[in-house]
Amino acid sequence: MVSQIISAVGVMVVGVFVCALYYWLSDKILQVIFPTPSGDIQRASRNLNRRAVVRPWLFLGPALLLLGVYLVYPVIATFILSFYDRTGSVFVGLSNYRWALQDAGFRQSIFNNFLWLLVVPAACTFLGLVIAVLTDRIWWGSIAKSLVFMPMAISFVGASVIWKFIYEYRGAGETQIGLLNAIVTFFGGDPEVWIAMPFWNNFFLMVILIWIQTGFAMVILSAALRGIPEETIEAAVIDGANGWQIFWKIMVPQIWGTIAVVWTTITILVLKVFDIVLTMTNGQWDTMVLANLMFDWMFRGGGDSGRSAVIALVIMAAVTPIMIWNIRQANRETGGH
Amino acid sequence: MTALATRIRRVGLPRLLVHLSVLLIVIIWLVPTLGIFVTSIRDRDQITTSGWWTAFSSSSQTSAARLGDPSEQRQEGDEYVITGNVFEEGAGGTVRAFGVRVQEPAAFEAGEDADIGDGETLMVNADGSYVHSKNTPFEGSRGQRVYLSVATPPEFTLENYERVIDAEGIGQSFINSLTVTIPATIIPILIAAFAAYALSWMDFPGRAILIATVIGLIVVPLQMSLIPLLRLYNEVSSIFGVPSKTYAGIWLAHTAFGMPLAIYLLRNYIAGLPKEIIESARVDGASDFEIFMKIVLPLSFPALASFAIFQFLWVWNDLLIAIVFLGTGRGQLVLTGSLNALLGSRGGNWEILTASAFITIIVPLLVFFGLQRYLVRGLLAGSVKGG
Repeated sequence: MVSQIISAVGVMVVGVFVCALYYWLSDKILQVIFPTPSGDIQRASRNLNRRAVVRPWLFLGPALLLLGVYLVYPVIATFILSFYDRTGSVFVGLSNYRWALQDAGFRQSIFNNFLWLLVVPAACTFLGLVIAVLTDRIWWGSIAKSLVFMPMAISFVGASVIWKFIYEYRGAGETQIGLLNAIVTFFGGDPEVWIAMPFWNNFFLMVILIWIQTGFAMVILSAALRGIPEETIEAAVIDGANGWQIFWKIMVPQIWGTIAVVWTTITILVLKVFDIVLTMTNGQWDTMVLANLMFDWMFRGGGDSGRSAVIALVIMAAVTPIMIWNIRQANRETGGH
Repeated sequence: MTALATRIRRVGLPRLLVHLSVLLIVIIWLVPTLGIFVTSIRDRDQITTSGWWTAFSSSSQTSAARLGDPSEQRQEGDEYVITGNVFEEGAGGTVRAFGVRVQEPAAFEAGEDADIGDGETLMVNADGSYVHSKNTPFEGSRGQRVYLSVATPPEFTLENYERVIDAEGIGQSFINSLTVTIPATIIPILIAAFAAYALSWMDFPGRAILIATVIGLIVVPLQMSLIPLLRLYNEVSSIFGVPSKTYAGIWLAHTAFGMPLAIYLLRNYIAGLPKEIIESARVDGASDFEIFMKIVLPLSFPALASFAIFQFLWVWNDLLIAIVFLGTGRGQLVLTGSLNALLGSRGGNWEILTASAFITIIVPLLVFFGLQRYLVRGLLAGSVKGG
């Protein structure tokens, strides 16, 4: 056990050392290949220019290699695999896509993903905004914020255990040890198996993600709220606006850009939601979502790379508009650099 | 308290209402985590008989005991009496109620002189002492069976933790998680920092396109990478005769998947460093390598720390990459994977699940509370500025 940790730390040290050595050594080699002799000024300046041309690529090399192998190549390969059969060796044209259009499980997943997309980003942003506004006004606001932010550090699997315990079901008449059923029976209701109620169980799973992500929305929106110029609020107060009007008509429009950022960030997260569904229901009781369906097809019956590639591409297609928007936004900010 | 807040307060909701709503929100947000923490240190029998929110009051349990047999009877006046204590030596508790039929284990209050038929009376006191009397001699060889509703004081124990760390393999998984996380957090930083420096301070054709590509790659779903990478890993393993599921494989995967965000965050920061410092170092004849190591890296510490925390939380909490790129044997199962497996195999054993879950979340929580400042800074740099 301890030796495993030592080897991990060793890898870290060696890895960092090898990285540093690469950058240092490549720089040295560059200087040897393109020397700058003090006598020959023309040659020296030519070689200096050559170094300047090569050097950026030495610095970028390892990062580009990793990005290429682990992200760019797979995106292309997944696209190609979607036209091949389950083993990835026989070209089958559009038949995987046709399968997806007709498959009940795929439709169910699309429907559930839409539900998640409708509810989770909206709920997180709204709750985050409300909590940000409220906590900005009280002296213990930063403690409160920190506690709401805390689930952000908890893994989706850990959060699933936490909430599964809340949804725990015992037969009617027995002592309920799950908080939700205990509350329901306290008020005279009947205990329910919450995660096995088709349609509604989706919302019980969404609660977990909302619980985790609201803190994120709150932190970012709270920073944006602080950036609102005071004069605009003052002017509204003088004009006799009430708190509600100030919030909706003065504050919210000014942080619209930030709200959009929070919304899209959570949207991307929702499209990739996997752990929660896997650990809570594993897609049973009509809770399947695209990421889990994709994983399922990756291994089901030896795996079907064609079908799971199609499902992955659907997720990718949903993310693409946000990706383009991000790139344009960043280009505008850096002035096209 | 900003002046802004003061102004809103003058026109806004009453102050008390704000305090109460925030308090309510905090309680709602905290209770789920509190629930598994409290449960993880409770006695396993108490977990199944009462909700965790009652953990600090005593719980009622039904138990059975046998009274003394007829050979212990004494004659007192015209009555025959057996006395004693329903609790065994050393065991404690408080009797709340008792009964002689299994259908009605709590028919009589403790201390009540109960008529149990056949001319017999029985009184069990709260401390467990009893008086069993009859108007004719007791017969037979065995004592009367009684059922008791016993209040047991709250019991807290670390036994659940001992059990999961050892028998359920959580201890080994903890080590495995560290093995995955430490290199996968540190190594990407250096690679990304060099790339970020090149993208900020070096001029070369295609720079704008590269930056755009990196920003685009931030949102590429992992799902797109899984199938080709799994095939690639299998091919590499069959060509070189090495196992396809290794720690080296997952280190590289995490390094690569964290790379776009790392480059983006670090570039935002490094590009914002004062131009004069870097230009003057260049004039002094420092090479880019020296400028990077001696000036840029130390100045970028806050950004490096922010990214390190992100990457640490992301790698530690990851399940998908771990189940795809690592094996399911004890030597490679990380905490999230173990917890997922336990949810399947130990579905109802909450003492095991809660203790395991708490071990899984404690390290990220410590990191979170210890380094929250850097985390918030990184979030703001990553989201507000660039979008």
